[in-house]
Amino acid sequence: MKNEMPLELHIPEPKLRPGDAPDFSDMKLPAAGTASRPDTHAEARDTHHLVYDLIRVLDDEGQAVGPWNPKLDAETLKRGLRSMLLTRIYDDRMQRAQRQGKTSFYMTCTGEEAVAVAQAMALDRGDMCFPTYRQQGLLIARDWSLVDMMCQIYSNSRDRLKGRQLPVMYSSKEAGFFSISGNLGTQFPQAVGWAMASAYKGDRRIAAAWIGDGSTSEGDFHHALTFGAVYRAPVLLNIVNNQWAISSFQGFAGGELTTFAARAVGYGLPGLRVDGNDFLAVYAATQWAAERARANLGPTVIELFTYRASAHSTSDDPSRYRPADEGKCWPLGDPLERLKRHLVALGVWSDADHQALTEELTEQVRAAGKEAESYGTLGNGPMISVATMFEDVFKEMPQHLRQQRQQMGI
Amino acid sequence: MPAMNMIQALRSAMDVMLERDPDVLVFGEDVGFFGGVFRCTEGLQQKYGKRRVFDSPIAEAGILATAVGMGAYGLRPVVEIQFADYIYPATDQLVSEAARLRYRSAGDFTAPLTVRSPYGGGIFGGQTHSQSPEAIFTHVAGLKTVIPSTPYDAKGLLIAAIEDDDPVIFFEPKRIYNGPFDGHHDRPVTPWAKHPASEVPEGYYSIPLGKANIVKAGEAVTVLAYGTMVHVALAAAEEAQIDAEVIDLRTLNPLDLDTIVTSVKKTGRCVIVHEATRIGGFGGELSAVVQENCFHHLEAPVARVTGWDTPYPHAFEWEYFPGPKRVAEALRQAMEA
Repeated sequence: MKNEMPLELHIPEPKLRPGDAPDFSDMKLPAAGTASRPDTHAEARDTHHLVYDLIRVLDDEGQAVGPWNPKLDAETLKRGLRSMLLTRIYDDRMQRAQRQGKTSFYMTCTGEEAVAVAQAMALDRGDMCFPTYRQQGLLIARDWSLVDMMCQIYSNSRDRLKGRQLPVMYSSKEAGFFSISGNLGTQFPQAVGWAMASAYKGDRRIAAAWIGDGSTSEGDFHHALTFGAVYRAPVLLNIVNNQWAISSFQGFAGGELTTFAARAVGYGLPGLRVDGNDFLAVYAATQWAAERARANLGPTVIELFTYRASAHSTSDDPSRYRPADEGKCWPLGDPLERLKRHLVALGVWSDADHQALTEELTEQVRAAGKEAESYGTLGNGPMISVATMFEDVFKEMPQHLRQQRQQMGI
Repeated sequence: MPAMNMIQALRSAMDVMLERDPDVLVFGEDVGFFGGVFRCTEGLQQKYGKRRVFDSPIAEAGILATAVGMGAYGLRPVVEIQFADYIYPATDQLVSEAARLRYRSAGDFTAPLTVRSPYGGGIFGGQTHSQSPEAIFTHVAGLKTVIPSTPYDAKGLLIAAIEDDDPVIFFEPKRIYNGPFDGHHDRPVTPWAKHPASEVPEGYYSIPLGKANIVKAGEAVTVLAYGTMVHVALAAAEEAQIDAEVIDLRTLNPLDLDTIVTSVKKTGRCVIVHEATRIGGFGGELSAVVQENCFHHLEAPVARVTGWDTPYPHAFEWEYFPGPKRVAEALRQAMEA
């Protein structure tokens, strides 16, 4: 057959670029409360309509509606608000610390606080998290020490990671927070392996992994879904679709043609697509998937639909590749504001309460910062002894490393 | 003591460790019900159940990634990569993850896993079933690279690898799975049963990693080899009638520098033999450490006998393979220099 038309190569292009006015008018947003909630023991295929839907609980008036409402008590909701606010204030301080030359690098999770905080709260404390670099909210929601986190960022004399890791690449087995890798996506199938081990041992702990929309293009994403499905590993496979992978919009990860939650379908896994800025929806979806995993029903793929309101990191300027203020126009709003409005609507929270909490947490972060800086900053030291550079390459230091340490003059 | 070939010895090592340690798991492509394409895991699933010995998807990166996760949990996974040629998709998980997990988390998480993988040519495997990629991994800080040359060593070293708290790549020279092939491809293969190192205890024993073995003491020239090439070097020395000291490195990283340096200082000459390609091969590292440590004792330039810098050609396997003739010639030249 003869080609009637010359072939054309498609290169994805976001609809809007710097200078354009933000416009999300073509985004299809189902109303809150309309997505159905299958039983946690449902067949995977009975969830597959949800991969093209959007699970939302909080409506525009701040009411919790529909079958996914987790019906949390006021104390739990306030705890969620506190952790999200603390995460934002912490991010703000550390971002400024980087600008002041106290460290080399920082990454905020502004606009995505509900993802890590609600998920940490819906999981058990012993469940193991395999996060990306944008889930600092997991540590904060698990009440991990801010000073300890800051010492890692400053690579100072109290940095448990001995100055080896880029700032924000935390590790804490005690907090159930796996060591973060700069090679994207590697943690996704590792979480499946951890979950397989937990199942092998007859443990009761499950695993949860996070990956960005961009990194779903990596082979490791697919290995995780394959191995997770094959061995029915007790693991939550969370895709944080924040629309942007540094400067590349989600179209370069295949988002033009389908949703990220729909990746679940081909693997026979249940999939949920969730409003990532809705604390209650994130909590409910996580709880649903965790319940399945604990019942030996295997992994669930969850797309957390959100927007990266800040830069990728302190090393890029988003005004160079996307419209300014797009984050402020995100139709699903700000996760903190939405949960606050819900608490106010419930009559258990007020602007004055919020102001007081903001002041309290700002002071908490300020005090932690002061203490962490007293142990040193990357800019001014002190740092841990450089002799530790040769430790932990192996459990026992081999001859060649002892020699190299001597050569360095230590 | 039973006579074992290398396959039986490797199987025995896994059998012993599965028996001793409930945290040991064995998995990989075709290793479960079928027992592996080279039969190394035959019978293990029947004995220990499919929970502990099982097949995996054909995804080497996924195999290594899940092994890293299991290691982080506290298990000791032993995974098989069916051919060393297939290991490249898993490189990121090996190099950036397994090798660095202890370091980057300051010991908070570790990856005590063992990767078994048949390597090397001589079985008409063509360019995708014959490679020797050891130098890619010896270059990586945090990985140990082990290569046995006899059934006795294979079992003791594999047990040590499984017990080691760091990730170990265990390359198995598949040409000598069934017998100590000396490079004379036109002669009948001698079975392991006729070799003293086929006497393998049935129970537990281990051979420490990082220790070389002087296979044959000699005064004239030091030969550094590992895997199949140990047997080729022994044949070459005998045929050239040169009193070579043949050292089987057994562990490439960490390297047993003391044994190498003591020997070369004694003989004053050094020939390095490996099947892998030459440029960037492990022979370059060996050559460098010999001249750094033994320069004033050297009577001749350090020589390398290696595979040519081409892919492994199917039809010209024996022209590619650095056989006893080439090794003997290098030994003679070292003596004449």
